[in-house]
Amino acid sequence: MIEQNNNNFEPRIIAFVCNWCTYAGADLAGTSRIKYASNVDIVRFPCTGRIDFMLLLKAFAKGADGIIVSGCHPNDCHYTSGNFHARRRWMVFRDMLNFLGIDVERIRWSWVSAAEGAKWADVVNKTVHKIREMGPYTEYKKAAMFLEKEKISYE
Amino acid sequence: MSKISEKAAALLQEGAIKMIIGYEQGTEHPRPIFCHTPEDCKKLIFNDQCKNNLAVYLTKKEIVDNDKIGVIGNFYVVKTVIQLFLENQIHLDHFLIMTVDEAGDIITFGNIDEMKQYVASHEPPANPTVLAAIEKIDKMSREERWAYWKTELSKCIRCYACRAACPLCYCNRCITDVNCPQWLEPWSAPLSNIEWQINRIMHMSGRCVGCGECAAACPLELPIGLLTKKMGMDIKDSFGEWKDGNVLSTYKVGDKENFIH
Amino acid sequence: MEKLIIKLQDINTWLDQIIEKVPRVIAPIKYGQKAEFALIKNATDVHYDSQTTISSVKSAAFPSTETLFAYAKNGPDTKLYNVAEENFVNTVIWRARPCDAIAFKPMTKIFNSDYQDELYNKRYEKITLVTFACNKADEFCFCTSTGGGPGSIENSDAMVTVIDKEKALVEVFTEKGQQLIDLAKELFEKADESIDKDAVLAKIPQKFTKEQIHDHIQNAFKSSIWKAQSERCLGCGACAYVCPVCTCFDIQEDSHGNQGRRIRCWDSCGFQLYTQHTSGYNPRPNQAARWRQRILHKFLYMPDRLNIYGCTGCGRCSRACPVDMNIVEHLTSIANSIHE
Repeated sequence: MIEQNNNNFEPRIIAFVCNWCTYAGADLAGTSRIKYASNVDIVRFPCTGRIDFMLLLKAFAKGADGIIVSGCHPNDCHYTSGNFHARRRWMVFRDMLNFLGIDVERIRWSWVSAAEGAKWADVVNKTVHKIREMGPYTEYKKAAMFLEKEKISYE
Repeated sequence: MSKISEKAAALLQEGAIKMIIGYEQGTEHPRPIFCHTPEDCKKLIFNDQCKNNLAVYLTKKEIVDNDKIGVIGNFYVVKTVIQLFLENQIHLDHFLIMTVDEAGDIITFGNIDEMKQYVASHEPPANPTVLAAIEKIDKMSREERWAYWKTELSKCIRCYACRAACPLCYCNRCITDVNCPQWLEPWSAPLSNIEWQINRIMHMSGRCVGCGECAAACPLELPIGLLTKKMGMDIKDSFGEWKDGNVLSTYKVGDKENFIH
Repeated sequence: MEKLIIKLQDINTWLDQIIEKVPRVIAPIKYGQKAEFALIKNATDVHYDSQTTISSVKSAAFPSTETLFAYAKNGPDTKLYNVAEENFVNTVIWRARPCDAIAFKPMTKIFNSDYQDELYNKRYEKITLVTFACNKADEFCFCTSTGGGPGSIENSDAMVTVIDKEKALVEVFTEKGQQLIDLAKELFEKADESIDKDAVLAKIPQKFTKEQIHDHIQNAFKSSIWKAQSERCLGCGACAYVCPVCTCFDIQEDSHGNQGRRIRCWDSCGFQLYTQHTSGYNPRPNQAARWRQRILHKFLYMPDRLNIYGCTGCGRCSRACPVDMNIVEHLTSIANSIHE
C-alpha cells in the first residue's frame, strides 16, 4: 500500500471494549500515567458478547478510520462465556467483511485484561500508527455519503 | 395421475391431512401449490426444477394453524424443517414431511431422526458456477472486491425478496423495520444495501441450509447467493460440519482464530 | 401528428445527437440475459434486442430514494432547505415501451390528486418519452387487456416503430418530441401512406376487458378467491418495485443530530408491516387482504376514484415474482369467476 504522507491526518479510532477487563485495563493505564495516543474514543460495554457487529459498521460510516474491539481473555469473561460467543461472531463477521472488500486491517481485535494497562496503551499506539499510515478510510465514507449527491439549496 | 398425485389425494381423502403443499408447473418454472382437495392434487409435480423452499410457509401463522399439513418438498425443504425444529419454530406433529426419490416414489419421514439421516446422505453437490464465482472474487484484491460489491449491490432496490423467500427469515419484525435505533437505513443506497446483506448473512450464519432461494428470488439477479455460500464454506472451515446449526449460539473453548491478539 | 421515416442505420446517429444535447438519457442496456434501464453515454450502449426490462423507468420521475428537504437546528430555530433546482435536469427516456409511457399517466394523476407533488412534477416535466413500439412480446405481456397495445401512442412524445431491416417509422406527437427530431432533421423524411405500422406489431391476444375485471371485483371484497390466489405469495416488494405505476412510498429520516434530511423511499403494500398501526393493530393482517388490496386498488379504486387505470399490462410483476404470481393468470381467473 502506498504510504500516504498526509501530514495533517490524525486518525479517528473508535474502541469497543468490555467493562470488566479492557476498560479497567485502560483505567489502569491512566492511573499508571502511561502516555499513549489520544485518537481513541472508547465505548464501554458490559461484555464483548454484547457488541453488535452493526455498531462497527456504523462507526466506519460515521467517520471512524479504525476500530479496536477488546475484551477479557478467553476463560476470564466476567459473564463466563460472553467472549466465547463474541469470538465466534467475530470470526464469521471478519471473513464476511473481507469477502466484501471492507478493510479488516483497520479493525484491531485484542484481549486486554484489567491488569494489562501497558498492553492497552500498546494496542492503541500500534493501531493509531497503523491507521495513520493507511490513511483515512475515504472509500467507505464516500459510500456513506450517497444522499449528498442530491444537492440542497442552502439559502 | 402420477404416483405423487395419487398419494397426495389419498392422504387428503383419509382426512388426517387437511392440506398438502407441493409444486406445480408454473409459467416458466415450477412454483408452490396448496392442495386442499384431491382434485388439486392432480397438478402436483416433482422434478429437479422444483427449487422453491416450501418450508417458508411453515412459519406463517395464517397458513399453519392447528390442522395437520402435508409437505412434499425437495431436499432443502427437509433440511430446513430440521433447522426450524431445532429453533423451536414448528411443531413437528402438525406436519407430514415428504420428499420424492429418483424413482418418483414418495418418501415419508416419521420423525426428525429419519429426516436427519436422509439429509446426511443425500446432500446435492455444490454448484460449480457458484464455486467458480467465489474463487474469482477471492482472488481479487481488496479494492477490487469492494468495487465489485459496491457496483453490484448499488443495484439493489431493497424489495426484500431475498428475505421473503428465505424460510429462516421468519422474524415478525425484521431488523430493517426497527427504527429505534435505526440499524439499517431503509432506503436503497450503496452502503446501506451492503449493510443489509451483511446483516442478513450474519443473522443467517450457521442456520442457512444453502437452498439458494434468496439468489433465485432476487428480481435483479444480484450475486447474493455467493455471500450465503461463502458464509457456509467459511463456517464449515472454522467450526466443522453442519450439525445442529447453532453456530453462533454455542461455542467451543478451543475455537481457533488468528486475528485476536 | 407527424409521420416520418428514419433509416435504421441512422437511429444511433440521431441518438448520439440527443446524448450530446440532453444532460440525462436513459435507455435499456444489456443486463446479464435480460435488460435494465440505465444512464447511457453512447448510442451503442442501447440493447435493441431486448424485449423489455426487469424494472420500470418510473425512477426517472419517482426515484427509489430522494430527499424531500433538509433541515438544520440552531438552538430554538429550525431552518428548512429545499432540494436544489440543479437536480432536475432534462431527461430523454429512449426506447421506453408503450406500457412504460402510459404508466406515467396514472402516476402523474396520483401525485397530483389531492396534493401537488412538486418534486415529482419537477422531474416529470423535464422528461421526453421516446417510445419504441413492440415487435415482439412474451407470455407475460397483457397490454391489450388493459386498454393499451404494442403500438399504443398514449403519453409518448415520439414513437419509433421498426418496420423492416432498413427503416423505422417515427411518429411525433408533442413539441418536446419535435425538438428531438430537430436535433437531426436531415436524417428524417416524410413517411408515405403505404407504411403499415400494425403489420409489424407484436400479436398480443386480449385475455379480458377492464370492465370484466371491474365488474367482477367490485362486489368481491369478502370472496374466498383472494386467499386462494395469494396462498403462495411471500409478501416481498418485488412486484410493487418493478411496477411502472406503483407509487407507494415511505418517509424516513436521515438524521445526524441537529441536522439531516427527510427522505422518501419506495414501499410496498405487500409488506406485512405496511399497514401496521403503532397500536399493534393491522387492518390487513394476512397476505390475502394485501393481495386483495393490490388488485382492488389497481383495477377498481383507481378507475372509480381517480378515473385512471392502475395497470398497463407490462407483466413485470409476474416476471419478477419469486413464486410466479402470474397476474394475467389471476386476472383471467377473476374475469371468468362466478360472482360470489
